[in-house]
Amino acid sequence: MHKPLRAGLFLSAVLSLGTLLVTSCQPSKPSVKIGINAELTGEMPAVGASCKQAAQLFAEQVNKEGGISVGAEKLPLQLSVVDNSCKADQSAAAAQRLISQDGVLVMVGPNASSCAIPAGEIAEALGCLMISPWSTNPKTTQDSQTGKPKMNVFRACFTDRFESPVLAAFATKNLHAKTAAVLYDVSSEAPTSQSVLFKEAFEKAGGKVVAMETYTTGDRDFSAQLTKIRETAPDIIYLPAPYNDTPLIAAQARQLGIKAPFLGSDAWSSPDIIKLDAGKNLEGSYFCNHYSTEAAAPKAKQFIADYKARYGSEPDDVAALTYDAMGQAVQAVSKAGKLNRSAVRDAMASVRAFDGVTGHFVYPEGAREPAKSAVIMQIKEGGFHWVSTVEP
Amino acid sequence: MKYLAQQTINALQLGSIYALIALGYSMVYGVLTMINFAHGDVFMLGSFFCLLLIAIVPVPFWLALIVVMGATAILGTLIERFAYRPLRNAPRVSAIITALGCGLVIQNTTLGISPYARPMPHLLDNVTYQFGGLTVTTLQMIIIGVSVGLMIALDFLIGKTSFGMAMRAISSDRATVSLLGIPANRVIAITFALGAALGGAAGLLYGMAYPVVSAAMGISVGWKAFVAAVIGGIGNMRGAVLGAFLLGGVEVMTVAVLPSTYRDLISYSLLLIILVFKPHGLLGKPTLQKA
Repeated sequence: MHKPLRAGLFLSAVLSLGTLLVTSCQPSKPSVKIGINAELTGEMPAVGASCKQAAQLFAEQVNKEGGISVGAEKLPLQLSVVDNSCKADQSAAAAQRLISQDGVLVMVGPNASSCAIPAGEIAEALGCLMISPWSTNPKTTQDSQTGKPKMNVFRACFTDRFESPVLAAFATKNLHAKTAAVLYDVSSEAPTSQSVLFKEAFEKAGGKVVAMETYTTGDRDFSAQLTKIRETAPDIIYLPAPYNDTPLIAAQARQLGIKAPFLGSDAWSSPDIIKLDAGKNLEGSYFCNHYSTEAAAPKAKQFIADYKARYGSEPDDVAALTYDAMGQAVQAVSKAGKLNRSAVRDAMASVRAFDGVTGHFVYPEGAREPAKSAVIMQIKEGGFHWVSTVEP
Repeated sequence: MKYLAQQTINALQLGSIYALIALGYSMVYGVLTMINFAHGDVFMLGSFFCLLLIAIVPVPFWLALIVVMGATAILGTLIERFAYRPLRNAPRVSAIITALGCGLVIQNTTLGISPYARPMPHLLDNVTYQFGGLTVTTLQMIIIGVSVGLMIALDFLIGKTSFGMAMRAISSDRATVSLLGIPANRVIAITFALGAALGGAAGLLYGMAYPVVSAAMGISVGWKAFVAAVIGGIGNMRGAVLGAFLLGGVEVMTVAVLPSTYRDLISYSLLLIILVFKPHGLLGKPTLQKA
């Protein structure tokens, strides 16, 4: 390469870098920064993808309409998306980064309870409002020492304390189940709390849990536990496993000749569960979910149409709940009227009702989670079908 | 009785897969006294190569097995040539870190290409047979059969052929073997290829048995197979197989008779006890460590 040419290239590189620096340093109009702490990689990438897409759709829509009213101004919404790898430590690190480094006003996410619990500790310590769209574990919003509600952590979904009894009641009343077996991941937060609460509710309703079997994250072979369950011949099997483990468990159960229907938690709700269930072993199974595209309110219908137009697929419950969490965050910011973390938190705590795409939210005084309806869905002919809605 | 027989079949299936992977760890350790931590990820790629192959041409099971074993063998050789050989005389810690790094590179490349779990298509008709209340599937028989077949072939190769003799010689004294005119590099490369091919076969069988394939699937199974190799006496092939069936058996049987929450606690405590009494593993021989 000729010397002048090389010098020219070097000069242009320096210049372009300079312009980049100058443009990024320009004082810009303040924006409302919301951090997204999502499971983009790791155990449940479909969950993270839905969360990110819904948040982006929300931001685009808000910015198209001129932004968020804060005090007298309308400010643009700016997203900062960080991957938490679906791991507890990385979720905490992601929360730390969003709050301390990116300076977000509100953090939306994480979704998985195993991630939302540690991230919530960080949000609480740093005094930043966090809204988890999908974490149903009661511990997420509880102070680990006192057991009282955390100051800064809220959620857009109901908790396992509501979900598990709903499923147990469905099993005993609608499916007339008298005995149940439970198989769950003992190293994961949500399935463990759901299983314990399901057992409690099922036995209170007069049923009997004949087998409580466990495995650990990463296991693929469930034959030993399922063979044990087969011996107890349960009427139903409760599998609060994520969408990517469930098809494996179901296939192995059917292979062993277990014919009992499966019941699942809201962790089943990704459409990927049907894609991964090549053997159609989940056909006819039921699960509890946050909303259904089939029984959607007008507001939800609009969201579903927008989401479909933007991404070409139906929004799952994580997407819908993220959209609601974003809505709540923006409502709190508008209500606070200033870009101040503690004012936004106080505004969020004073909200008593919110009309979301996943239903009508009612926040009782001091509660961090809304009282809202759940739906029972069935997997039938390669899709999710609405069965019933259960009001709180 | 019927219950325990069914659990034995479950244990045999799990043990066969652990054994195929454990052999890869043990073979490499045998010739290089290094632990190939990338092996669990080569295993994972066995599943992905199969997915890729079927997506291009729908082939029968046997052909898929051969192609996948070939592809992972080539990959194993490449890893040895470009990542491990340059470090052969470096401190052992460097080699271990390189191996861990290789594993992470493979895993994250796969994650980049395919972040989502994928279903494994059916390669063959899986028929469920009932023998007086016992359930056995075609797949289980194939997994156990193919694994045992490959293990017997390997045992023959190591024990009865001149290549096997060279391999055993390298394992006892690499420097002298080179002086005697045995192409040590070639033997080591072939050993890696064989180990990787077995890992690939295990990946394919595992993908068929547990038909959801993801980039992280090698981690937990890889570690368990490594543990199995150590229990059996790492460097000893029959020991690796014994350790694998033992681990599979203990895991399944603790779940069979005790609450499943205690599975890992009990199975690993038992394995620790074995190591306390047999520090070189069940069939391992104590060797003098060169300083």
